[in-house]
Order: sequence, then C-alpha cells, then structure tokens
Amino acid sequence: MNNTLIIGQYVPGNSLVHKLDPRTKITLIFFFVFIVFLANNVVSYSILALFALASMVTSRVPIRFIMKGLTPVWFLIVFTFILHIIVTKEGTVWLEIYSFQIYSGGVFQGIAISLRFFLLILITSLLTLTTTPIEITDAIEDMLHPLKKVKFPVHELALMMSISLRFIPTLMQETEKISKAQASRGVDFRTGSIKDRAKAVVPLLIPLFVSAFKRAEELAMAMEARGYKGGEGRTKLRELKINARDIAVYLLFIAVIAGLLLTRGY
Amino acid sequence: MREKLIEFRNVSFRYREEHPWVLKNCSFEIYEDESIAIIGHNGSGKSTIAKLINGLLFPQEGEILIAGKPVTEETIWDIRKDVGMVFQNPDNQFVGTTVQDDVAFGMENRGIPREEMIARIEESLTAVGMQDYHLTEPHRLSGGQKQRVAIAGVLAVSPKVLILDEATAMLDPKGRTEIMNTLNQVQEKNNLSLITITHDLHEVVQSDRVIVMNHGEIWDEATPREIFAKKHALREIGLDVPFVAILADELQVKGLALTKEPLNHEELLEELWTLHSTT
Ligand SMILES: Nc1ncnc2c1ncn2[C@@H]1O[C@H](COP(=O)(O)OP(=O)(O)O)[C@@H](O)[C@H]1O
Ligand SMILES: [Mg+2]
Repeated sequence: MNNTLIIGQYVPGNSLVHKLDPRTKITLIFFFVFIVFLANNVVSYSILALFALASMVTSRVPIRFIMKGLTPVWFLIVFTFILHIIVTKEGTVWLEIYSFQIYSGGVFQGIAISLRFFLLILITSLLTLTTTPIEITDAIEDMLHPLKKVKFPVHELALMMSISLRFIPTLMQETEKISKAQASRGVDFRTGSIKDRAKAVVPLLIPLFVSAFKRAEELAMAMEARGYKGGEGRTKLRELKINARDIAVYLLFIAVIAGLLLTRGY
Repeated sequence: MREKLIEFRNVSFRYREEHPWVLKNCSFEIYEDESIAIIGHNGSGKSTIAKLINGLLFPQEGEILIAGKPVTEETIWDIRKDVGMVFQNPDNQFVGTTVQDDVAFGMENRGIPREEMIARIEESLTAVGMQDYHLTEPHRLSGGQKQRVAIAGVLAVSPKVLILDEATAMLDPKGRTEIMNTLNQVQEKNNLSLITITHDLHEVVQSDRVIVMNHGEIWDEATPREIFAKKHALREIGLDVPFVAILADELQVKGLALTKEPLNHEELLEELWTLHSTT
C-alpha cells in the first residue's frame, strides 16, 4: 500500500485544469455555486452542463475516479428527484397511478434540481481530483491573507495543515505496523461483537497516540533548532502564480455567466 | 592558531530546580574545522550539551560562547544560523511535504529570497547525493535518505558547525555508512566543524578529538587512539568497545607486542603481518 498511497482524491496529471493556479480553481468554484442558481430553462442548463463537461474532459481525469467521488451523493440526487415528483403539483398530469398523479412540473423541477446538484458536486470534486492538498493549503493561506489584519492565525493554520498532510502517511504506516504487531500477539480486530472489536482497537490507539505526542514534541524542537519563529519575516519556496491560462479561464467563465444571463427566462 | 568556535565555561545544568544536575561544571572548547565526537552512556548528558549549544536550553550556571557570542535569548536566532542540528529520529524532523520543501524550511525561516533558495537547494541536495529526489515525499524515502535530506537542510543555511545527535542510531548498517560517507565529503568541501554524538565507539574513529561524558561530567578528552587504549575503563562506564580493540587486547595478553592501538580491522591486520615478518 505504501507505494500507491495518495492523500485525498488527487489524480496526478498534467492537464490545463491541473496546471491552473489553485486560487483560480477555488474562486471559480465559489462563483459556480452561485451561477448554478441562475439556470432556469433548457438552454441555460445546457450551458452549465457544457461548461462542467468541458472542464471534466479537459482535466483528463478518468471517469471512474469522478464516479467514485460521486458515489456517496447519488442517493441524495435520486432522493431529491423523487421528492420533487411527489411534492410538486404543477402543470399537467402526465401519469396517474391509482390515486397518485405525477405532474409535468414535478418531473421538470426534479430534473432541474438534481442536475444542479450533480453539476455542483462534479465541479467541486474536480478541484480535489486535480489539486494536491498542499496546493489547496497554499491557496487558502494566500486567500485568507487579509484576515491577518484582524489577528487571524493564517500562517499557523496553513502550517498545521501542511504538517498534518506530511504526517498522515507516516501515521498510517505506523498504524499498520502496530496492528500487525498486536495481531501477532493474538489481538483480533476482525471478529467478535462490536464491543469486542472496539476493545481490540484500544491497544492499537494507545501506542499510536503516545508516539504521535512524542513526534510532535521532537518535531517542535527540530523546527525551533532550524530557526522557526513564526510567520513573521518568512519567505516561501512554493509560489503561486497567475498565468495567462488563468486569465483565459476567467474570461471563459465570464462568458459563461453572460451566456446564462442572456438565455435564462425572467 | 584556529579560531575557537564553541566554548563551555563551567557549565552546570538541570531540567528542574528539584531535579539532579544533568551537567556538572563542564568546560571544553571546540575549534573551527574540527571534528569532535561526544560519547557517553545513555543519560550522560550528551543531548543536553547539544541543546545548550544552540539555545534550546540555557544553563543555570556557567557560560556558553559560540564564535565569541554568549548564548542568550537575544542571540539564539543568530546562533541557530551558525549551529545546525540533526536529530536521532529521521521522521520527526522532516517538516516539508517533499524533499525540496524540507530543505527549504530553514531558509524560509530566515527570509532568504526564493531564487537563492532554489539554487541552494540544488547545491545542498547534490552535496548529500539526493539531487534526484527533489519532489519525493518523505514516506517514500529510507531512514538514511531522510537523514541526508536533514543534513542538506542544515547545509543550505551554511552553518559553522553541524551537530549530529545520534543521527545514525535508528539506521541500518547501510544507512549508517551512507551518512558517514556523506559527512566526510561535506566536511571536506565546506569549512565546517562537526560534532558527532554517539554511544557507538565505531563512529568516533574519524574524529580529531573525543569527549567522553559520564554522569554529567567530562570523564576524558583525547584522540580516538588514546580513548581506545582505555577500553577497560570505557566498559566500566557503560560503553561498547569495538571488537578490534578487544581482540588487540587479547593478543597482547597472549604476548604479541602491538606497536599501536589499532582503530579498525585494516590497522590490526597491518600490525599483525608486519609483526609476523619481523619475527
Ligand atoms: N526534558 C527533560 N526533562 C527532564 N529530564 C530530562 C529531560 N531530558 C533529559 N533529561 C534527563 O537528563 C539526563 C541527560 O539526558 P540526555 O542529555 O538526553 O542524555 P544522553 O543524550 O547522553 O542520553 C538524563 O538523566 C535524562 O533523564
Ligand atoms: Mg541523547
């Protein structure tokens, strides 16, 4: 497992979407969440869907990874659809099953809302699929920068996130080692009642916690020895840069918004 | 005359008021370009000395001078620039998410401009033979590789002295050799003092001078050869004596007159065959 371990859902790649500045991606997604609500007819929905589809194709992330990201929300999408069919009583009756009628309005609404939902999830999961967690961290640090004025610990937060990211694989490797060591002593994690299994996890968690605290202490010392004294006067190796492609994508996005405004029904 | 780089003047230290003294009236000097080994049993105060040198701790009594500057709250940031440290656990000192991020950490802390960082990362990773691993994540590196990255991170800020506090203790023999070779090369190319803290007598052989600690006191200060000659006493203070030294001793008991204390297998071999050819 150690060699395939990837934190989060990131799928390495070299596409335009991968290469966009993470701040561009986050900003666009933020606005996408709003413009999704502008669409209210076939043309405007098509524009949205086309944009999402185009982003997906450009990212060259294999469909199965995207689908995997959608798995937990399929239920919600379908549920929303059914709910609308049952609740909405507008338009003409299309189908009558015993005393229960399905209205055209319900079907349209159901499709529209589910589609909105689907597109939102699709676009947001594209962010985590094409951006490494550390890039996201850098972007958040940069975008929260103004909050420093009100003493919000932006740098500290970002450092905490990046150190967590750095130690997740290490702690996972350690968990595996400890659980093997405990299993070899006869601790059984897989069978027995829930209570028994919960009990079996204790000898796994305690050594893990003890070592995590020791790590934290030693890491703090090592950081201090290497001259760490907070964010003041620090420079950064990792650099975020808005390139021509970011500008191009922003312009395209503005065109999409304009398209939506022009085609939507008022 | 070489410049004095580190000076301990009657330093005593304890972690808490009610605790026993961990260092008792220690005085020693370390010079520029010197290679020093500090050995001693577990708990003899070696790590404490290292932490005192770069101001992670401050002594209750006595004075510590680094390049003539006393170590105080005001000077520690300058001093940490001059004193680089590599610790025992390869994982618990790796801060960055990739090799180059980790090497950059110390430079970022000092506000070094990005362009210069990039050049220095290249340079220091090449110095430790890790130039092909810029973007590798720590969990894909061996212990020895992680320690080499740690050394690179220290070299990148060009310190005057590099302290290795049992930096090879958690490595396999291959990792150990890797580190020892790296250090030899690094010390040749840079003018750098080296302090190797270890409880493994094998690692003292390459140093110019050895400081032996015992229960917080300086027990002896001498060349590796002189130290090796005192193997019985060393054993009594809880140190592992290398096999060669023991073998040489046994041979002498059996009546073979060795002319000097051998430090390794080659030297013993040399002694033996020249001995044989003269009789
Ligand atoms: N943080 C601490 N708090 C209290 N006592 C400590 C601490 N660190 C080390 N000691 C004690 O100080 C003594 C010297 O420790 P140390 O310098 O780490 O020895 P060495 O590195 O030679 O093994 C030991 O007796 C140890 O128990
Ligand atoms: Mg120690």
